[in-house]
Amino acid sequence: MSAFNAIGEEREIDRDEFTPGVEPQPTWCPGCGDFGVLKSLKQALPEVGKTPEEVLTVTGIGCSGKLNSYLDTYGFHTIHGRSLPVARAAKLANPELEVIAAGGDGDGYGIGGNHFIHTARENHDMTYIVFNNEIFGLTKGQTSPTSPKGHKSKTQPSGSAKTPIRPLSQSLTAGASYIARTAAVNPNQAKEIIKEAIEHDGFAHVDFLTQCPTWNKDARQYVPYIDVQESDDYEFDVTDRAEAAEMMRETEDVLNEGTVLTGRYYVDEDRPSYTEEKAAVGELPDQPLAERYFDDDAEWERSYDLLERHT
Amino acid sequence: MSDDELIWRIAGGSGDGIDSTSQNFAKALMRSGLDVFTHRHYPSRIRGGHTYVEIRAADHEVQSRGDGYNFLLSLGDSFARNPQEEAYYGNEEIKPLSENLDELREGGIIVYDEGLISEEDVDAIDLHERAEENDWHVFPMDLRGLAREHGREVMRNTAGVGVTAALLDMELEHIEDLMSDAMGGDVLEANLEILHEAYETTREEYEFEHDLRAPEGTHDAEQALLSGSNAIAYGAIDAGCRFIAGYPMTPWTDVFTILAQNFPDMGGVSEQVEDEIAAAALAVGASHAGVKAMSGSSGGGFALMSEPLGLAEMTETPVVLVESMRAGPSTGMPTKPEQADLEHVLYTSQGDSQRVVFAPGTIEEAYEQTRLAFDIAWDYQIPAIVIYDQKLSGENTNVDVDFFDREVSPDLGSTLTEDELREAAHDNSGKFKRFNYETAENGVASRSIPGQKGGRFLATGNEHSPVGHISEDPDNRVAQMDRRLEKLESIRAELDEERESTQTYFGDETADYGIITWGSSQGAVEEAIGRLNENGHSVKGLSVSDMMPFPEREVTEFLESVDEAMVVEMNATAQFRGLLQKELGRFGEKLTSLLKYNGNPFEPAEIVEGYEVNLAEEDREPTAQVRIEPAAGD
Repeated sequence: MSAFNAIGEEREIDRDEFTPGVEPQPTWCPGCGDFGVLKSLKQALPEVGKTPEEVLTVTGIGCSGKLNSYLDTYGFHTIHGRSLPVARAAKLANPELEVIAAGGDGDGYGIGGNHFIHTARENHDMTYIVFNNEIFGLTKGQTSPTSPKGHKSKTQPSGSAKTPIRPLSQSLTAGASYIARTAAVNPNQAKEIIKEAIEHDGFAHVDFLTQCPTWNKDARQYVPYIDVQESDDYEFDVTDRAEAAEMMRETEDVLNEGTVLTGRYYVDEDRPSYTEEKAAVGELPDQPLAERYFDDDAEWERSYDLLERHT
Repeated sequence: MSDDELIWRIAGGSGDGIDSTSQNFAKALMRSGLDVFTHRHYPSRIRGGHTYVEIRAADHEVQSRGDGYNFLLSLGDSFARNPQEEAYYGNEEIKPLSENLDELREGGIIVYDEGLISEEDVDAIDLHERAEENDWHVFPMDLRGLAREHGREVMRNTAGVGVTAALLDMELEHIEDLMSDAMGGDVLEANLEILHEAYETTREEYEFEHDLRAPEGTHDAEQALLSGSNAIAYGAIDAGCRFIAGYPMTPWTDVFTILAQNFPDMGGVSEQVEDEIAAAALAVGASHAGVKAMSGSSGGGFALMSEPLGLAEMTETPVVLVESMRAGPSTGMPTKPEQADLEHVLYTSQGDSQRVVFAPGTIEEAYEQTRLAFDIAWDYQIPAIVIYDQKLSGENTNVDVDFFDREVSPDLGSTLTEDELREAAHDNSGKFKRFNYETAENGVASRSIPGQKGGRFLATGNEHSPVGHISEDPDNRVAQMDRRLEKLESIRAELDEERESTQTYFGDETADYGIITWGSSQGAVEEAIGRLNENGHSVKGLSVSDMMPFPEREVTEFLESVDEAMVVEMNATAQFRGLLQKELGRFGEKLTSLLKYNGNPFEPAEIVEGYEVNLAEEDREPTAQVRIEPAAGD
């Protein structure tokens, strides 16, 4: 018998279950794109059959980090840039948990960039949502890793001399097996992409464009947006790495010129997830490790049995 | 200095097989009935450079390296760089001989590989003159030639062991058994041939004029030879830890490696990750999801763990971290021991620190205190740190096999089951009051695990309300902070009143002079105190393991019972003495420090000398490379 009966529970799930009674209304600014992420998650989770207590939402720091204050699941609001290693370990400890990690562009592509690369490389089975508003919001408007070249802020008074990071291309190179970009202003697409990301077996990275109406007034509201799958102007195969790479590059190039491209960029259903890889080399137990601590019949090897090599 | 002991030093270059040879020889001595203690000295270099392992063997308990040593097997450095006039490193080939001479006792034995070390070089270091002055017995042997003749050059270690056994009048039985365990086929055959040939040749060629022989002893119970790193890893296994995340760094890598190699067969998980921030964050994540998890590093890597450590404190996620100190600051001396990360480990990370820190002094304590760290961490939902060092990490000693005959404790402490969660307090919306200060006992509020029905809550590094939501309400802040700090006071009381003390006392209980130490310096201090008391002095000793919470009562009682005390530690700024004064707020005028920070651990004689210098009326400086920091007001 499982010690975690919220996992895999079959029942009707109401979208309202994901709204915490203790804090039903977010503190985000009016018009903030973060509302779009929250809404799409609240819609997507019941639709993929997930209940609040089988989901662990792990966030970083920033406006985006407050996601799990407003999404009623098990939550771990960690520290700046470190949501991914915490989330990864939770998944290894209990592979049956639905793990969703989230954070901002500074959190994921800046301070947590190393973890982003390695989590994608290892292809952990989780969803990673990056709230990309091209700015540091909560600290009041400093230039971020995705801010366009020339972006002026209090910390870059002459305009940033740096070209922005390429989140999609970087994700592909690092090894993510599902990569998409969506936007808060495109709720239907966002919900569908989040659902696909959750259901994907592997590291699903969603770069979520979330406009910041307070500190990034110069930036577009990411409208009009174009869905690359629906537009006739773009044709590429999302399962083809080279074509995906080319499409990503173009998407990243034109964003700062005013063209907002969104959609699925890369989908690899064949790449085994990290838990599968780890099990294949015999380094992951069959029974979720977390279950074992509640299992009275579990056998525990003792150090006493290792002593022969020392005598 | 006792005459009934063998201190055998095998010296060579890194890559010359010093480690494995010494490990087997130590085991052979142990199997013959002796107590053994090893000390490892090596450079941060893969090939070449002067390295040695010292094995102290006696018919009585040995808990420290000795003063100097009495048998040198010098293989020379087969990976030596070419000497050049302007290069600072000089002739490296002979260093495993020349660098070891100062510490060799009078009447000692030198065996060196004349197949590698030339007669010319030996003359250049005046070996024979020095041997005459010190009554050393020198045996040049062509170990390389012997090895080549019967096998391969790398087997010259075996030849050296054969010569050693002959000179010490040892039976070859245990050595042969160990070789048969470790190898087979042609390799074994060649090694055995070399062993016997070296043994016989030595006996035939030389007339023995030396007095040193292998001591004889017996054990009442079966013994195991293991290191501090083994003990920490085994303590973790028996505490039910089955998750480790890490990043390589000397000397912590030993613990990581042992667990990484054993966990797969035990259904555990080991993760080597991108950096130490991730390593500690993974341990926190795994623990949050219901697993007994650990991570660790050495000073530099531990610095990166400051963030996740603070997160574990604030979210009350139990976790065990181990910190294997090496000489700092910065990269310092990567393979040399020091006890200079104490303050780092106690206070790193922002805010008021809320953690438990243990500093074991022996192999047995390393095992016990690692288990204790897990017990406390999971009972009180607090990070617990085991701080040790390169010395304890790598030193091997024999322990009764029966010491390890105990059960695993996979208990998750103050963690609720789903049945218990149904009875627990929730807010109106059904969220579990994970951080409920109203019902907490000893500051501990019970936890749930993600996936459990009825247990959802938010863990956050922000200050938070009982259900975990971010809160900056002053009343809540004070209530939560006080509750978390109450855990430390409860732990202090539990350690003091309910558990066997982790502090170690030795020496003369009635003495007016005390020596206090902590961590791995314990063995040398214990031996020094024994020697002082044997020589008519009256000294008592205390070795402290609880660094946080500090054992106020015990240390106070000890210091009140003496007129003066010397604090012995391996660092330059008297960090433990500082901690002691901070915690107790007095005794400054009683405490002198004896500090050593040259990269080598204390020898007992250095502590004896420190005592004598401290008590001497006239101005006297220690001859050893140590520093005496006088008491306040002196």
